[in-house]
Amino acid sequence: MGKTVVEKIMDAHLVDRLGEDMVVLRLDAVFCHEITTPLAIADLVARGKDRVFDPSRIKAVIDHVSPAKDSKTAMQGKTLRDWARRHGIQDFFDIGRNGICHALFPEKGFVRPGYTIIMGDSHTCTHGAFGAFAAGVGTTDLEVGILKGVCAFPRQKTIRIEVTGKLPEGVYAKDIVLSIIGELGVNGATNHVIEFCGPVIDALSMEARMTICNMAIEAGATCGICYPDETTLAYLWPFIRKEYPDRTHCLQDFQRWLPDADADYARVMVHDVSGLKPLVTFGFKPDQVQPAEQMQDVQVDQVYIGSCTNGRIEDLRIAADVLKGKRIQPKVRGIVSPATPSVFQQALKEGILEVFLDAGFCVTNPTCGACLGMSNGILAEGEVCASTTNRNFNGRMGKGGMVHLMSPATAAATALAGHIAPAERGGL
Amino acid sequence: MNHSFSGGILFLDRDDINTDEIIPAKYLTEASREALKPYLLEDLRLDGFSPGRDLSGKSVLVSKANFGCGSSREHAPWALEVNGIRMVIAKSFARIFKQNMFNCGMMAVSLPEETMEELFRRFSGRSAVVMTDLDRSVFEFRSDTDLWKVPFTLTEFEWRMIRSGGWVNYADANY
Repeated sequence: MGKTVVEKIMDAHLVDRLGEDMVVLRLDAVFCHEITTPLAIADLVARGKDRVFDPSRIKAVIDHVSPAKDSKTAMQGKTLRDWARRHGIQDFFDIGRNGICHALFPEKGFVRPGYTIIMGDSHTCTHGAFGAFAAGVGTTDLEVGILKGVCAFPRQKTIRIEVTGKLPEGVYAKDIVLSIIGELGVNGATNHVIEFCGPVIDALSMEARMTICNMAIEAGATCGICYPDETTLAYLWPFIRKEYPDRTHCLQDFQRWLPDADADYARVMVHDVSGLKPLVTFGFKPDQVQPAEQMQDVQVDQVYIGSCTNGRIEDLRIAADVLKGKRIQPKVRGIVSPATPSVFQQALKEGILEVFLDAGFCVTNPTCGACLGMSNGILAEGEVCASTTNRNFNGRMGKGGMVHLMSPATAAATALAGHIAPAERGGL
Repeated sequence: MNHSFSGGILFLDRDDINTDEIIPAKYLTEASREALKPYLLEDLRLDGFSPGRDLSGKSVLVSKANFGCGSSREHAPWALEVNGIRMVIAKSFARIFKQNMFNCGMMAVSLPEETMEELFRRFSGRSAVVMTDLDRSVFEFRSDTDLWKVPFTLTEFEWRMIRSGGWVNYADANY
């Protein structure tokens, strides 16, 4: 019997088996941010185990609340900063160089096909876009990862989703993943890895693949995985060119991390996107989705474009195309948060930030920002936000607030209309 | 008889109770577990549920499908622990939440769907307790009028976490 991608990666990293159901894997990288790591550090210090397994394999960033908003968040940053210095962690990104972890770390070339990666953050599944097994974990798993470079996982089954058809105009990666979550349900992929494949995925940019893998956790999946190909190679080439004689050898090497033809899948789905429309969530769960055109009576107070789902340059370009030369409704507060400093600079260079500013948006520094309601852009009781983020849980962006998830194009069109509206029908 | 996973039950009759509902993100800036205590289940949407009133004296949560979905925050198990709740029994769990519980030496146990339905039918809305017998792998549910013994199973990993007091101790001794 052949193997799926995660089975190949797990076999290549196996350290121990704990019974029939759990495997302990060697980790290629441990990613850290200032919300979940300081408590791991504090516990390691308290246990007299203030050590790291390999400073070159640990990458850290302050991203959720940056700049610090109060004494507590200042202390979280300080704890991470001091720890990185103490252990010689070179790849530590502080203010001025910091961006959202799941956008910044790929940009820095820290991900490879076949890697095992953990982070104390559920959206770590984003990095599966590069053909890696990357999973969110709690603080205790993170602590052991930092200390020993290993992590235990339940054996993973695989769901293969072949995305076919022709993506209609005005429909994007976010709509694809929302439609898939709508079909699977919020726990449809628990303890599964989803292999996203097929001609539509093959044609997507790395940014768009990251958007799709980012939301695999919203169906309960441990990781979403795309097959490494020429697009992956083009993105990573500046970081790996010295490791290969040429691109052909690199692509051949990547093939180690493709599934076998006779791999055993728990479920195989074909997802045709030819008839797909721009989608929006309507409830408090990411699987509650319906076409944006059916939700045009929903008035919004805030539009948020950013986050590890949709704060990349491609997302900002898409939104700016819709906004160009237009003004958002005066009653709408528009906020855009470029995910990283280089996204910010690129958007500046291309005149994208000017488009946002002319349209009436507020541009913030790179940060997780409003997404999880612990930094800026928080909703008041009863307010509604059209958002390019990944979670619409009750209270997520502020107590009593309502979040509707959508693509950057739909969010931009919504800002112009003042109510939920698909971009394709904009004419606004 | 092991009593460390025993006590009064709070029934939460809803699927998909997420980690933002268990402990909202705005409290993740706290530097100690104890500081999370007043905020457990603060944002839970459930008819008639009031955390201040309903959590008092409870040691075990019983819930439905996909408990603990969402964020990876271990603050969710910690907020339970500092409120004296060391076990959740549910129809199913999100992966990260379940592993976090055992990593901390706590328990997150799934029971078959029919068993869960009968558990809700017979004990929800009553003053109910569960006694957990780890040696025999049996839950003993009791109310004023009812007594019901239900076997449970844990994986080898889960047993090792409970017996070693969590993943840090285990991993440091073994890897």
